[in-house]
Amino acid sequence: MLKVEQLQFERPTTHFELQSVDLHIPKGEIVSLIGPNGSGKSTLLRLIAKLMKPESGAVYVDGTSIESLSRKTLARQLAMLPQMNDHQLELTVGELVEFGREPHRKGYGRLKKEDEAIIDWALDVTNMQSYRHRLLPGLSGGERQRAWIAMAIAQRPDVLLLDEPTTYLDISHQLEVMELVTHLNEAYGMTIVMVLHDLNQAARYSDRLIVLKDGAVQYEGAPECVFCHDMFREIFDIDASIHEQGGTLFFTPNRKCEAVCSL
Amino acid sequence: MVTSATVTKSEKVAHPYAKKRRTLFVTLALLLVVSGIGSLMIGPVSFTLSEVWQSLVTEGDTLAHRIVWELRLPRMLIGAIVGMSLAVAGAILQGVMQNPLADPGIIGVTSGAGLAATAIMIIFPAYIGFLPLAAFLGALVTALLIYAMSWKKGTSPVRIILVGVAINAILGAFLNALMLLYSDRVQAALPWLAGGIAGVGWVQFDMIIWYALAALVLAIIFIPHLRLLRLGDEMAKLLGHNVEKSRFLLIVLSTLLAGIAVSVAGLIGFVGLVVPHIVRMMIGDDSRYLLPASALGGAVLVIIADTIARTAFDPMELPVGILLAFLGGPFFLYIIQKGRGSVAKS
Repeated sequence: MLKVEQLQFERPTTHFELQSVDLHIPKGEIVSLIGPNGSGKSTLLRLIAKLMKPESGAVYVDGTSIESLSRKTLARQLAMLPQMNDHQLELTVGELVEFGREPHRKGYGRLKKEDEAIIDWALDVTNMQSYRHRLLPGLSGGERQRAWIAMAIAQRPDVLLLDEPTTYLDISHQLEVMELVTHLNEAYGMTIVMVLHDLNQAARYSDRLIVLKDGAVQYEGAPECVFCHDMFREIFDIDASIHEQGGTLFFTPNRKCEAVCSL
Repeated sequence: MVTSATVTKSEKVAHPYAKKRRTLFVTLALLLVVSGIGSLMIGPVSFTLSEVWQSLVTEGDTLAHRIVWELRLPRMLIGAIVGMSLAVAGAILQGVMQNPLADPGIIGVTSGAGLAATAIMIIFPAYIGFLPLAAFLGALVTALLIYAMSWKKGTSPVRIILVGVAINAILGAFLNALMLLYSDRVQAALPWLAGGIAGVGWVQFDMIIWYALAALVLAIIFIPHLRLLRLGDEMAKLLGHNVEKSRFLLIVLSTLLAGIAVSVAGLIGFVGLVVPHIVRMMIGDDSRYLLPASALGGAVLVIIADTIARTAFDPMELPVGILLAFLGGPFFLYIIQKGRGSVAKS
């Protein structure tokens, strides 16, 4: 579904470099990108969404290089929600979700019956139907995030990219968003790639974790394989205890590795 | 696909701004008619409504006909066009730049047109007939220069604004130098720099009407682009939109609009900044309503201000640009103070 080949990217001003990343994400998988700040997670996501141009390498969606696709064509297959969305947008939820049909529209005509049906579907799936005529600034963070997700899925994408979809949300809204993501994946087969900061959430909801540090993939695999003491030590510089409960892995941080001794 | 009964029910729910929008449009339309007719009646020589009507429908060399038909009507229509063009240009730029402080000055329209026009008036007074064209070209060239210089693998609103500030400062320095070097001839340029529509007639109207109409129609056509840009550069790109192309076309379009206004009216500031701002405070920033309402508001404002400017200080006439700043400035401050609570809330 999604293939990344020898993707390289440099940002000279900050000495940041993404070093030849290779990924293969099959259809219908939920993949989380994790890693410390500045590891290149968001950069990788943005390269996949064609928001930035790589130095070399390529991203393939369904076998076609995104380089050769127009933005509009790509937007019919791949949707992304960037991290910070404008809180001051004075649109109703319904109006926002309408924008999701933009990549499918020809000219400036009114929405077609089909578009209306898909907008309804997106509002239903995200449980936002009753908020349709509410203005975005008046919503809670969780509701607003669901409205944006409704817009993204109104694009009817095969791949959905989410950049820290739960940051700034309280815990119940975080779970709500993660449940919604799981539902989109299970019910509609959407391939989902997201950047997550909460490692326990990443382990709980993903089929696969991709761990980045210093612009390179360090670990990759199912949560059971990736969640190990070495990974926490190498990537995050912490000692962690790893637990299991009902088939779900989670960790608790114990202490920072060297800092304790060197002080 | 899921469609439920609640959908048809929810369709009937009005948009939160629906009522405010309706009220504003009706009010502005009424104000436009009243101020338009009023501006034909009021002046050093005042006429009744029926006298105005008679002078418009009958030919003949009466005093009323000459004053209303030859002087006040074209002046009122030009005022309306100037107001519309400036307000719509401002509304577009505030959207494109994602900045409520943007106005045609920010893309160099004022400084570019000002410098070109002043150069004509002071250095080449023999070519005064080319003044509107020079002002228009000055505006366009400056806007394009600012756009080109802010290009660095694409543009960004912030960079355009910063480059604009720098170019404006440079052109402003040229303008000041020009005025100092030719201080004996500055007098001729001052009314134009202050902005006004004294002495305009059908000639000027014929000169701008088709360009103005074309630009306003284009503005309507570009509303969907403006709405997409409002989502932010990234989101618009992710929805498959060509952000750079839209931004460039919208900047050129607003330059055309402002340039048309400047070419006949000189440097009228304020309308482009304030009208869209006040409209936005009332009915939100959806371009589908913001642009038409700004157009009406701009027309009403300039017609009323110009009527006051040419009558209040009789027999002297004040350039409407000065009056707009005089009255509009405090009014704008009042609006900001009054609106502070609600703005902070949203």
